[in-house]
Amino acid sequence: MSQYVLRRLLIAVPSLFGISLVLFIVLALAPGDPFSELATNPNVPPEVAAALRTKFGLDDPIHLRYLHWITAMLQGDWGFSFVSRMNVDTLILQRLPTTLYVIGSAQLLALAIAIPVGVYAATRPYSIFDQIANTLAFIGFSLPTFFTGLLFILLFSITLDWLPFVYTSDIKATGFRWVIEQVRQAIMPVMVLGLFQAASMTRFVRSAMLDVIRLDYVTTARAKGLGQARVIVKHAMRNAMIPVVTLVALQMPAVFGGAIVTEQIFRIPGIGSLLISSILSNDTPVVMAVTFVFACLVVLFNLIADVLYGWLDPRISLR
Amino acid sequence: MLDNELRTMIDEVKDGRMDRRGFVQRMLAFGLTAPMATQILAIGGVALAEGPSVYKPTKRGGGGALKLLWWQGPTLLNPHFATGTKDQDGSRLFYEPLACWDPDGNMKLVLAAEIPSLQNGGLAADGMSVTWKLKPGVKWHDGKPFTADDVVFNWEYARDPATATVTIGVHRDITVEKVDDLTVRILFKKPTPFWADAFVGAPQSIIPKHLFAEYKGAKSREAPNNLSPVGTGPYKFVEFKPGDVIRGELNPDYHMPNRPHFDTIEMKGGGDAISAARAVIQTGEYDFGWNIQVEDDVLLRLEKGGKGKTVYAVGGDTEFIALNFTDPNTEVDGERSSIKTKHPLFSDPAVRKALSMLVDREAVKKVIYGRAGRVTPNFLNGPEKFVSKNTTWEFSIEKASKLLDDAGWKVGTDGIREKDGKKLKLLYQTAINGPRQKTQAIVKQACQKAGIDVELKSVVASVFFSSDVANPDTYAKFYADLEMFQIPMSQPDPAQHMRRYHSRNVATKENKWQGVNFPRWVNKDYDATIDAAEAETDLVKRAALYIKANDIMMQDTVFIPVMHRLKVEACSNALRPVVSGWANETDNLFDWYREATG
Repeated sequence: MSQYVLRRLLIAVPSLFGISLVLFIVLALAPGDPFSELATNPNVPPEVAAALRTKFGLDDPIHLRYLHWITAMLQGDWGFSFVSRMNVDTLILQRLPTTLYVIGSAQLLALAIAIPVGVYAATRPYSIFDQIANTLAFIGFSLPTFFTGLLFILLFSITLDWLPFVYTSDIKATGFRWVIEQVRQAIMPVMVLGLFQAASMTRFVRSAMLDVIRLDYVTTARAKGLGQARVIVKHAMRNAMIPVVTLVALQMPAVFGGAIVTEQIFRIPGIGSLLISSILSNDTPVVMAVTFVFACLVVLFNLIADVLYGWLDPRISLR
Repeated sequence: MLDNELRTMIDEVKDGRMDRRGFVQRMLAFGLTAPMATQILAIGGVALAEGPSVYKPTKRGGGGALKLLWWQGPTLLNPHFATGTKDQDGSRLFYEPLACWDPDGNMKLVLAAEIPSLQNGGLAADGMSVTWKLKPGVKWHDGKPFTADDVVFNWEYARDPATATVTIGVHRDITVEKVDDLTVRILFKKPTPFWADAFVGAPQSIIPKHLFAEYKGAKSREAPNNLSPVGTGPYKFVEFKPGDVIRGELNPDYHMPNRPHFDTIEMKGGGDAISAARAVIQTGEYDFGWNIQVEDDVLLRLEKGGKGKTVYAVGGDTEFIALNFTDPNTEVDGERSSIKTKHPLFSDPAVRKALSMLVDREAVKKVIYGRAGRVTPNFLNGPEKFVSKNTTWEFSIEKASKLLDDAGWKVGTDGIREKDGKKLKLLYQTAINGPRQKTQAIVKQACQKAGIDVELKSVVASVFFSSDVANPDTYAKFYADLEMFQIPMSQPDPAQHMRRYHSRNVATKENKWQGVNFPRWVNKDYDATIDAAEAETDLVKRAALYIKANDIMMQDTVFIPVMHRLKVEACSNALRPVVSGWANETDNLFDWYREATG
C-alpha cells in the first residue's frame, strides 16, 4: 500500500511541473497588460508604466520569466501581486478560509443528500420515490448556478427579505450571534452550489448502486439471511462507492470552478472571486498562483481518490 | 454677455463698489446660475471663497455605521500607487490632501488653512509659485504632528522614478520647499494658471514622512504601511483585505469640528453594478453604492418602493466617437494608421460633418442614459466657465444625405454611397459595455439610412484600454475608422484634458502608441490655441482660449460628442452624501451625515 502511494506521488510531481509550464506560457501569450489602467490616466506619463514593466521583469523573455517564477516558487516565494503590491500567498491565505467554509459546506450538503437519496432510489428502482428523485435531479443539474443564484436572491432577499445577499467576510458580532450570522449569510450560496452538486451526484450514486445490487454476491448475502439494511450498507455500498469516490474527487476542482460564478454573485471574498478580479486586471502573478493551486488540488484529489480505491478494494493497490 | 461689461462688473466687486451678492444677482438676471457667477468672479481675480458647507450634525460621532459598496473593491491603500479611482477612494478614507473640490467645482480646504490667492500673497502674480499655509494642530493617527516636512517628503517620494508612483507626472516638473513648519511653497518652471494640482484632490493625498521615509525609491513596495494606512483623515484604519473589505473607525482627534458623523465605516468590494444598486436602493443592506453604470429604466424600477434612490454629480466626462484622421487599412513601414497617411474617406470634411448629423444624441439619451446623461454639442463640457456656447448639433438623415449628395457621394446599386471608386464603408469599434453596444446600434441604423455601411466591432475593455504594444485592438492603435469611449476628466480644469490632442502627442509606432492623441489629428491652429492657453495667466482670456480650442475641434469634427455623462451613485434615503463631479466619491466624506428621521 505505501509503495502504491509513493508511486502515485512520484507521478504527481512531473505533472505539476508540466501544468505550471503550460499555465505560464498561456498567461504570457494572453492579451492584456497589468498596467493598462495607467495608460488612460492622463496624470501618468508613459515612462512610468514602462519603468514599472521593467521593474517587475515583464519585458524579460518568457523562458527567463518562467525560470524566475519556478525557482522562487520552489523556495516558497509565490511572488507579489502587481495590483495590490502585497505577497500573493498572503492574499490567497486571506481568501482561503472563506472558500473552504462555503465550498466545503456545499460539498458536504451535496453528499448528505446524494448518498441516501441515490441508495434508496436504487433499492426501489422505478418506484414513485425514484421517479421524483430523478426528475428533481434532472432539473437540478440543468439549471446553472448563476441562474439559481439570482433566483434565490430575488426570492429570499428581495421578496421575502429573510437573508442578506452580500457576504461579509468578518462579522462583527461575537459568540452565538456570530455563528448565526455566519450560517445565515452562507445559506444561499451553499444551497445553490450544494443542490447543483447533489443533483448530478444522486444520479451517479443511483446507477452505481444499481450495478452492484444485481451482482451475485449481493444475492448470496441475502440468501444467507442477512437483513436488507446490512446487505445494502455493508456489502453493496462499499463497492458502489468506488466510482462515486472518483466522481467526488474529480469534481472538487470543478466545484471551485462553479464557485467562481457563485462567489461573484454573492460577493463572497473567496479564491474564485480573487481569480476573476485578477484576470480582469491582468494581475499575472496572482492568476498564476491561483490556477496553480487549482492544478495542485486536481492532482491532490486524484491522489486521494487512488488511495481511497486501495482502501475500498485492496485488489487495486496490488496491481 | 459682453466681455467688457463683465470686466467692469468684476472690477466693481474688486473695488468694493458692488458686493458679491449684488454681482451674483446681476448675473442671475443674465440667466446664469449662482455657482457659475461665483466662478466668473473667481476667474476675474476675486479671491476664491470656500464653498458653503451642508454639514448639519452638531457633535462628533453618533451616526452609527456607514456601509459603502464599491463594486470594484480597492486593492491597495497608498495614494501614490493607486491604479484607478477605486484605490484612490480607499486611500482617501484615511489620507487627506491639502484641499479638494466640492460639487460646484469650488475649492474646499482640508489640510490647508486658507485658499491661496493674490490678495493673501499665496499666489505669485507671475504665476510662477503658490504658497500653502497648513492647518495648525493636525495630528497623524499615531499622534505625531502633521507639518510642512510631510508635504515636502511626498513630493520627493513621488518624483523619484525608482519609487514608481503614478503621481510622478504631477511632481516631476515642480519644486516644493518648506518655508516654515506650517508653510510650503510650490515653484513652477513656467507660469501655471492651474496651480491647484499637486496636493489637491484624492489622488494627491499626503502620506506621513515618519513612516515612509525609509521606503522611498526601490524599497517602496516593502513599506508595511502600504497596507495599513496611518493618515490624518476622519476615520482611523482598522482592517484591509484587498478587493474585499476596508474597515475604519471614528478618529476622535479629527481636525474638523463636530466631524466625522459616523462611528465606523466599511467599504465592501466585489460584484457588479446592478446588484450593488439592488443592495442599496432595493434592500437597503448598504448605505451607498459607487458608480452605478446601469440603464436608467432599471434604476427607475428599483427606486419604486425601494429604500434608496440615485444621486447624480455633474462633471466634465464626455462619451464621444473619435474619427481616425489616418488610414487604418494601409501599412507604411509596418505601421497601420500611420501619421504619414490620410484617411481616404474622412479627408472629405463633408463625410465627417454628415456622420456627426447621423448620431441621434436625443435618442441615445432617451433609450440609454436617461437621467445620467445630457445632450451636448461640445467635447469640453465643464466646468461651466469653459463650455462653449457657440456650437450646435442636429440629427437629420435628410440633411446628412444632401451633404453627401452635394459632395459627390452617389448611392451605388448596393445602397452604399461611393465616389471615385471608394465606398463609404466604416469600421466602428468600442469597448464591451451594454450602453456602448446599444449606442453603436443606434448610430449604425441611421448611417444605413443615409447610405453609409457601418461594421460594428467591440473589444473587451481590459484589452481595449490596455497599453499592450503587441495587441492590435487597443484604442491607442485605433485600427478602425471610428471608435467610441470616454476619457475621464479628473480635474476642474481643462488644461490636462485638452493638451492630449496637441499634434506632438500623436500616437505612433515610434512612441509605442503611448501618445495620447489617438485620432492623430494635426491642426496648427489648435496647437497654437492650447499653447497660448497654458501660458495665459489672465483667467478670463484663458477660458476663452479653451472655448476656442473646443470650437476648432468641433469645426473639424474630430470628435462627435455622444453624451455628457454624469456620475451616478446609489444612496439610501436617510444618507446625505456630498458627491462632486470634480472629485472622488470619498473626497467630501467628512461632510456626509445621516438624517435622524430616515
